[in-house]
Amino acid sequence: MGNFLSHSPILSIITFLPLVGALIILAIGGKPEVVAKQARIIALWTTLITFLFSLVIWIYFEPGTAAFQFEERFDWLPQYKIGYHMGVDGISMLFVILSTFLMPICILASWDSIEKMVREYMISFLILETMMVGMFCAMDMVLFYVFFEGVLIPMFLIIGVWGGGRRVYSAFKFFLYTLTGSVLLLVALLAMYFQVGTTDIPALTQANFPREMQYWLWLGMFASFAVKVPMWPVHTWLPDAHVDAPTAGSVILAGVLLKMGGYGFLRFSLPMLPEASAYFTPMVYALSVIAVIYTSLVALVQEDMKKLIAYSSVAHMGYVTMGVFAANQQAVEGAIFQMLSHGVVSAALFLCVGVIYDRLHTREISRYGGLVNNMPKYAFAFMVFMLASVGLPGTAGFVGEFLVLTGTFQVSSTTSLLAASGVVLGAAYMLYLYRRVVYGELTKDDVKAMVDLEPREIAIFAPIIIVTMWMGVYPMSFLGIMNQSVAELVAGYHAALKNSADIAPLGSQLFAWLR
Amino acid sequence: MFSFLTPAVPEIFMAISAMVLLLAGVFREKDSTNILSWLTVAVMAVAAFLILNMKGSGTAFNDLFVVNAFTSFAKVLTLIGAGLTLLLINSWAHSENAARFELPIIVLFSTIGMMMMISANDLIALYLGIELQSLPLYVLAAYRRDNVRSTEAGVKYFVLGALASGMLLYGSSLVYGFGGTTTFDGLATAIKGGPDSLGIIIGVVFVIAGLAFKVSAAPFHMWTPDVYEGAPTPITAFFSVAPKVAALCLFLRVLVGPFASMIEQWQQVIVLISILSMLWGSVAAITQKSIKRLMAYSSIGHVGYALIGLAVGNEEGARGLLFYLLIYVFMNVGTFAVIMSMRVKGKYVEQISDLAGLAKHNPLMAAALAALMFSMAGIPPLAGFLGKFYIFVAAVNAGFVPLAVVGLLASVIGAFYYIRIIKLVYFDEATVQFDKPGLLTGTLMGASSILMLVYFVYPAQLVSGAETAAKALFLG
Repeated sequence: MGNFLSHSPILSIITFLPLVGALIILAIGGKPEVVAKQARIIALWTTLITFLFSLVIWIYFEPGTAAFQFEERFDWLPQYKIGYHMGVDGISMLFVILSTFLMPICILASWDSIEKMVREYMISFLILETMMVGMFCAMDMVLFYVFFEGVLIPMFLIIGVWGGGRRVYSAFKFFLYTLTGSVLLLVALLAMYFQVGTTDIPALTQANFPREMQYWLWLGMFASFAVKVPMWPVHTWLPDAHVDAPTAGSVILAGVLLKMGGYGFLRFSLPMLPEASAYFTPMVYALSVIAVIYTSLVALVQEDMKKLIAYSSVAHMGYVTMGVFAANQQAVEGAIFQMLSHGVVSAALFLCVGVIYDRLHTREISRYGGLVNNMPKYAFAFMVFMLASVGLPGTAGFVGEFLVLTGTFQVSSTTSLLAASGVVLGAAYMLYLYRRVVYGELTKDDVKAMVDLEPREIAIFAPIIIVTMWMGVYPMSFLGIMNQSVAELVAGYHAALKNSADIAPLGSQLFAWLR
Repeated sequence: MFSFLTPAVPEIFMAISAMVLLLAGVFREKDSTNILSWLTVAVMAVAAFLILNMKGSGTAFNDLFVVNAFTSFAKVLTLIGAGLTLLLINSWAHSENAARFELPIIVLFSTIGMMMMISANDLIALYLGIELQSLPLYVLAAYRRDNVRSTEAGVKYFVLGALASGMLLYGSSLVYGFGGTTTFDGLATAIKGGPDSLGIIIGVVFVIAGLAFKVSAAPFHMWTPDVYEGAPTPITAFFSVAPKVAALCLFLRVLVGPFASMIEQWQQVIVLISILSMLWGSVAAITQKSIKRLMAYSSIGHVGYALIGLAVGNEEGARGLLFYLLIYVFMNVGTFAVIMSMRVKGKYVEQISDLAGLAKHNPLMAAALAALMFSMAGIPPLAGFLGKFYIFVAAVNAGFVPLAVVGLLASVIGAFYYIRIIKLVYFDEATVQFDKPGLLTGTLMGASSILMLVYFVYPAQLVSGAETAAKALFLG
């Protein structure tokens, strides 16, 4: 890396710029209406500038290497050899972009719908952005954990203060579920630290842990990441959190927070604990397949739009966990791509729900119908995202699912076969949703009165539609970036397993007939 | 010629000042609570300055009294806690028409007792220190003598405290009987190769029980909720900070000093006490309605975490404990400043439900409380997380993984009641509107919550302070 950015703190700038914006918003005074207006504008500008900065790292990113780039390193707790170490590789860089891309959209989406405590709302979102971006950039385990957990605070407030329905219940469920998982992750991290003597992620990746220890560490991490993803059966917090969160909260929840789990698997479980990962792979397959099929079926019978999309998220993330643990080039690239596309598409679907919710204040599917007649622009946008979610070729959703299924097929054809049935079910529940909301007779008076997308909403949807199509038509702009990093991850994983061919995966007898 | 007294200069200074201030209070005709309070704080500040300027280690009074980097750290921390809470006590006393000039002086005497405890190098000195600390505390608890709950708190505290002192004395006598000496150094030599008789083990267990009472660790915590609830709020704040720090540091000194070679025997007791405190502190707090009772259980829980550092019984554990106490002091002072600001039309309220909707009419106070509560729950990036982190680092490193897991799960249960407060503050509608917080309480809560937030940026310096102290403890 010979460019001028290699020694500039660009990652810290991206991470902490939103925090600066939050401080500015904190400082504004005046009448409540003025404060609210100012807060919205400052938040939008902050997130936009942050997004532009994050594009800089994309432009200057060196795709030909698996090494960490734009590294920054400062002493933080020298006694414990814990440092402030930031850096991105081909895997994390794309998640940084995803987070900064969704943020201005979230601010725009909450422009009119958030009326109370606007200042606090915008501050929460900006702090949330700092935590998310920091988490993807952190190259030190303790730093990672701090950001990983720090996300809970703003999200808890966002759901609890600005949510609807059973917001308090959902906020608590979200908080306690995730916290329980996280503290077990903390124990695992501490144990790893004492085994190796450092908390630096690249150094830990090189370390070898005794096999018995790996199993425990893996389970500790799994407790945390599986809740975040979320995997069946610990997914139950997600539908509640989604339903009761404000629209932008759902967008970030589906778009970025769920990816933290998948990212954790890729950054910690797989490279650091290869033997345990191989041992537990059948279990992950089983849970993923259950997630894909079971939650798709559950989605089919939902009456609430947000709940339906929430369950579809669980199903889509099932592909991700499956792909990560299939651990070959296609599957892992597919898993990452699936996370990115799901991040964009499900976020957009929640925005679609938000648009009509703002007009009619209900999410009940049967209250709608025939929207294509009076809201054609909306119907078009919804259609694009619905088809992308189904996985139509030419949209973002297809590439990820296809790669994951191909990759997994090489390792376990049965798993792949079972998971593929989820594609059919996915088409069923999404098309069924679309038919009930958009098609049909326009009979209800209040639905007739709904107006089509306003310019602000078009400004929200247009960039997402472009990205969705771009990811589907030319996925190489994304796959090319992650290629080297994934190759090294996969190679390292298989090299580590070569020395330990004697691992009998968990329940291998039971699953023998599946192969 | 008085050079043998040098190590005790800060304590002697405090004692003389206390008597001078007492005389001044008696002879002044007008009420002088305010000026005496500020003078007491100044005395504490001077004492802290003297302690900080003391280099190296030394002993006084025929080895009854010891100073080193550890005692300096503990004493300064105790003084900070005592000084800040005394300011709260002073402002409370004036707003409640309860100003008596003895108030700051009682606090000062108790603080001298704490200094003596921390520096005790002999079982007799230890007992004297504890009694000097405790008697003023009983008086403070019953300070509102016209109030039934306050007097009840005082009596309860006194009766149970006397019982604990009795246990401590009985344990000490057993230790003396079987060990042949009361000095810490002598005991350490006497039982170097491990205890050779059951008597000394029983003695140590009694000592532990007595000290566990003083730090309000479960199952010796029964007095805590009642006393915390009954005593006037700022005095509760004082109880929750200064004596806790002093007693925990003493606990640490006693166990890793004279009884270091009995670690196998006392370790299991401390592990049990620690687990019980963490779990009971978390579970019992859930159903509380009074914020002061909640803080009582919260402090029981926090003591449980701190005791993990003691259970580990090595330098790293001691460092974790000291660092935890450091954060705990500021966290608690800040929270009590918030509780002190819970006033409706000049009257104090202390139901947790009164906090509902605070964010609507006082967003800054709400934000401060939120930062403090998240910090208490140990959520990063707030300081409370760092405190827990060091404790658990020590535990995992020493192989106490199950203890760490229990502790972390208890912290999740604990998080429930902390975020319940945040729920009330942010999610619910207001029922009452609080008065504007005073300058002092406002400053204290603001400063401590900002400290909770920015601690994370540069913790290295404070950690190294705790580290030096822990090193000194293990050098001897």
